[in-house]
Amino acid sequence: MKPFTYERATSTAQAAARAASVPGAKFVAGGTNLLDLMKIEIETPAHLIDVNGLDLAKIEPTPDGGLRVGALVRNTDLAADARVRRDYPVLARALLAGASPQLRNRATTAGNLLQRTRCPYFYDPDQPCNKREPGSGCAALAGYRRMHAIVGTSDACIAAHPSDMAVAMRVLDAQVETIRADGTTRSLPLADLHRLPGSTPHLETTLDAGELVTAVVLPPPPGGVHVYRKVRDRASYAFALVSVALVRQADGSGRVALGGVAPKPWRSEEAERALASDPQAVVDGLLKDARTSPDNAFKLTLARRTLDAAIADARSSR
Amino acid sequence: MKFDTPATKNPIDRLAVVGQPVDRIDGPLKTTGTARYAYEHHDAVAHPAYGYVVGAGIAKGTIRSMDLADAKASPGVLAIVTADNAGPLGKGDKNTALLLGGPKIEHYHQAIALVVAESFEQARSAARRIHVDYAREPGAFDLARARDSAVKPGTGKPDSAVGDFDGAFAAAAVKLDATYTTPDQSHAMMEPHASTALWDGDKLVIWTSNQMVAWGVADVAKTLGIPKEKVHLMSPFIGGGFGGKLFVRADAILAALGARAAKRPVKVALPRPLMFNNTTHRPATIQRIRLGATREGKLTAIAHESWSGDLPGGKPETAVDQTRLLYAGANRMTALRLAELDLAEANAMRAPGEAPGLMALEIAIDEMAQKLGIDPIQFRIANDTQVDPEHPERPFSKRRLIDCLNVGAEKFGWKARNPRPASTRDGRWLAGLGVAAAFRNNLVTKSGARVRLGKDGIVTVETDMTDIGTGSYTIIAQTAAEMMGVPLHRVVVRLGDSDYPVSSGSGGQWGGNSSTAGVYAACTKLREAVVAKLGLAGEAEFVDGRVRAGGRDVALADAAKGGELVAEDAMEYGDLAERYQQSTFGAHFVEVRVDAATGETRVKRMLAVCAAGRILNPKTARSQVIGAMTMGVGAALSEHLVVDRNAGFFVNHDLAGYEVPVHADIPHLDVVFLDETDPMSSPMKAKGIAELGICGVAAAVANAIHHATGIRVRDYPITLDKLLDRLPPSTDA
Ligand SMILES: Cc1cc2nc3c(=O)[nH]c(=O)nc-3n(C[C@H](O)[C@H](O)[C@H](O)COP(=O)(O)OP(=O)(O)OC[C@H]3O[C@@H](n4cnc5c(N)ncnc54)[C@H](O)[C@@H]3O)c2cc1C
Ligand code: SF4
Repeated sequence: MKPFTYERATSTAQAAARAASVPGAKFVAGGTNLLDLMKIEIETPAHLIDVNGLDLAKIEPTPDGGLRVGALVRNTDLAADARVRRDYPVLARALLAGASPQLRNRATTAGNLLQRTRCPYFYDPDQPCNKREPGSGCAALAGYRRMHAIVGTSDACIAAHPSDMAVAMRVLDAQVETIRADGTTRSLPLADLHRLPGSTPHLETTLDAGELVTAVVLPPPPGGVHVYRKVRDRASYAFALVSVALVRQADGSGRVALGGVAPKPWRSEEAERALASDPQAVVDGLLKDARTSPDNAFKLTLARRTLDAAIADARSSR
Repeated sequence: MKFDTPATKNPIDRLAVVGQPVDRIDGPLKTTGTARYAYEHHDAVAHPAYGYVVGAGIAKGTIRSMDLADAKASPGVLAIVTADNAGPLGKGDKNTALLLGGPKIEHYHQAIALVVAESFEQARSAARRIHVDYAREPGAFDLARARDSAVKPGTGKPDSAVGDFDGAFAAAAVKLDATYTTPDQSHAMMEPHASTALWDGDKLVIWTSNQMVAWGVADVAKTLGIPKEKVHLMSPFIGGGFGGKLFVRADAILAALGARAAKRPVKVALPRPLMFNNTTHRPATIQRIRLGATREGKLTAIAHESWSGDLPGGKPETAVDQTRLLYAGANRMTALRLAELDLAEANAMRAPGEAPGLMALEIAIDEMAQKLGIDPIQFRIANDTQVDPEHPERPFSKRRLIDCLNVGAEKFGWKARNPRPASTRDGRWLAGLGVAAAFRNNLVTKSGARVRLGKDGIVTVETDMTDIGTGSYTIIAQTAAEMMGVPLHRVVVRLGDSDYPVSSGSGGQWGGNSSTAGVYAACTKLREAVVAKLGLAGEAEFVDGRVRAGGRDVALADAAKGGELVAEDAMEYGDLAERYQQSTFGAHFVEVRVDAATGETRVKRMLAVCAAGRILNPKTARSQVIGAMTMGVGAALSEHLVVDRNAGFFVNHDLAGYEVPVHADIPHLDVVFLDETDPMSSPMKAKGIAELGICGVAAAVANAIHHATGIRVRDYPITLDKLLDRLPPSTDA
């Protein structure tokens, strides 16, 4: 770990301003991802701004009937919230499918969205990795790719985004609220938060320097039957090979987002129009530009079959 | 004491303490955090410095240069050990690659430096500031590609042949010729390899997490070039080993070198991401099995060939061992072939040989039974043998495989199973039942102990035996209590110290039987001393803290009134193990559910029935077996060190990427021990149990998956991608 200085944020505006002005500053929330990466010097912030004291741990109704989830709401609390369980069960289930109880007690809403990839080469400083060290190359391209993305990738990076929560939030059309270094706030669709790797895989989000996530806003409940189906090699405590977040209405229409297949939660509003008539067309649309290797080509079939299974679940739980 | 005739009635047979399901005597130490592991001897070493190991960043080649300047200038750094400055080092007899590499690099993450600093964090941080310039060389990393270059290994017994396999196979009415693969696997034990070392003049005092104290002393001495007498090695508690701690590893040697360089006690633990490529692992195998049978289901021809790889000078995985002994059949051959690979050192992991061997053989047997249309249990029973099939003049000392299969079938509800694959549906799940035979040889080895009778009547046992979480403390205490006729709480057990008599150590499931037999020998001597001291005559009986003989009845403690009585002895073995084949047997039953849409396999229930001689403590034995069954589930479904064939290393080198079963994967487990004693094994009449538990489990899971889905997977682990294309259409889900 590199030595760093530390401060506790006193307000959201102060935190954002400091983060932009102190060189090498980073926010720390639950620390479950950042601290691990700091120990092995994959993250080397010179300064940590601890946001845990900020008043961002509330879940509040919004005027239009949605929910505002503070950036510091812990995954456990969000999953247990009665309104979330009733109106957004896809989110509660996605959260509970992630990590372990101990980690979820610590992990925050913003931290979960901004967690970094689990590509094993990213974690091994002796291997080339464009995300860790721009321009060094990508060891995964010619290596072991079972857990990697098959769409939205580039020749520079094929890492998958590991979050389960984000997949459910994407299917719920969540908005991300932030405050910037100059004190202005904005709200952006979660769909626009994560970047695809292109030639700059080390740049993962569209946030500005110092921009602090303050909340995630869920629009009014979408109704329908919610399913989150996470497929993995063991029953718990593993990242998704493929996951499907599904919100299905009585007429068979609905929304679908995939996890485990892309550098960000993967959804196509256009493709999902076919959900009622031809579910496989939805997957075709989502995965149309897939680039696979022998060890992850199975994700094409798995995504199809998992969507079928999710639809069957939704049908039978109506 | 020499054990060269079958055991007859002896004090152990009383079974007042031995054979009882007593709690672990070290349990309170563990649950209160007061059992000191190798990294935790804060009492003896108040201000240690911390060592951090640097692993090579290439698989093969040489270090052109190593720039230590930044690291040396890092805060808190006391010393940096490299091959350049460590002085001449030898290589341990049990090591294949050097424990401190450089300039030549033999495998990825081979240790190339130790940074010693005031704190762990400082050492770790400075380690990142060592800049190494490598000259890479191409290496061989792919067993499938190296297979053709494999040779007959120079050690052990690579080949065996009886009768005319080729002729019998060609003539067989029903044939199977199939190839199976098992992947590289990691011990992935909870406690990493760890050591604390200090120099007392020219004497090295080292606490290390090691299963074999005497081997450890010898290899530490040999590597450092010092006499064995100058090494005091202690390993009182071990947080799991599974064979990964049979040998001295880099943590021990580097702690010693670091302590010498820093002139301070130094402690070193291998960071988790280093364990997978720095230490040993179970090597991958390719196994070809050919079986020929009559239509009635008698095996007439059996061939098992296995290929594995290791570094130059290494050894093969003996995956054909069980096939030489498990089933009858007049015409047979086995062969082991070894390829050179530049991956980390291949070596023993829980039930080396049998565990991967049965992963293949017991699928093959299931396949053959299916071809014949015979129930797989009946097929196994029909081909049972009571003699070593390669040497029919050698009977098994005890062999109750048939009983294991029958008892298990009854208990598991095998009769209700519809033999047709893919015939049972349970909602979204495809349901299946599988079975496999379990087999593991019983090894006995010389083991010594010292027993003291104190003035207070307390019996103290000292032996360098280790307890790797298995329960050695407890069964040794039970043995001494039984022999001396005292309650368990009147026995103190001291283990894992090179000052104590050399024992069998823990490995190859030989430790339980061998080490207690050593204690039996020492106690026998102590009993004689007691009888002599008390001036008793005739056959003495030791019960309830008293000694009774020739009509007299004296308190045991009276014998030590005038001073402690001490006896030391070892149990040694004659040729019973040559005259009789000693093995342990079992049957594993597994019920699985396979998700019809996604191919995810979840185990629903499991049963193991074991016939393994006297069970010294049913509670600790059961723990061993259920732990082994859990490991078998990992082998079947998820454990796989993935080789990066370009860079030449195991990529998934942490516990997030190397997936062992978690609690949610392990359902109801049941274990039955058949009531058995084996008088050929030792006076304890016990055999090994801890490795038997894993043998056959993975094949039983594989066979259950086949039964559930109709899909035969011959490549472990059986991950969902291997089933996906052959599952029923998911729109039917
Ligand atoms: C063993 C293990 C298993 C796991 N399994 C899963 C799994 O199956 N599924 C899953 O989805 N996740 C899994 N996780 C990941 C876990 O969900 C994340 O580590 C966690 O959500 C991160 O939240 P945190 O609050 O601890 O983030 P931190 O570690 O504190 O921060 C993560 C990143 O977010 C930034 N950040 C934090 N808060 C803000 C803010 N308000 N504004 C701007 N930037 C911010 C930090 O600077 C940092 O870059 C696992 C983690 C571990 C260690
Ligand atoms: S896939 Fe991305 S994260 Fe992984 S090695 Fe390549 S560049 Fe790095």
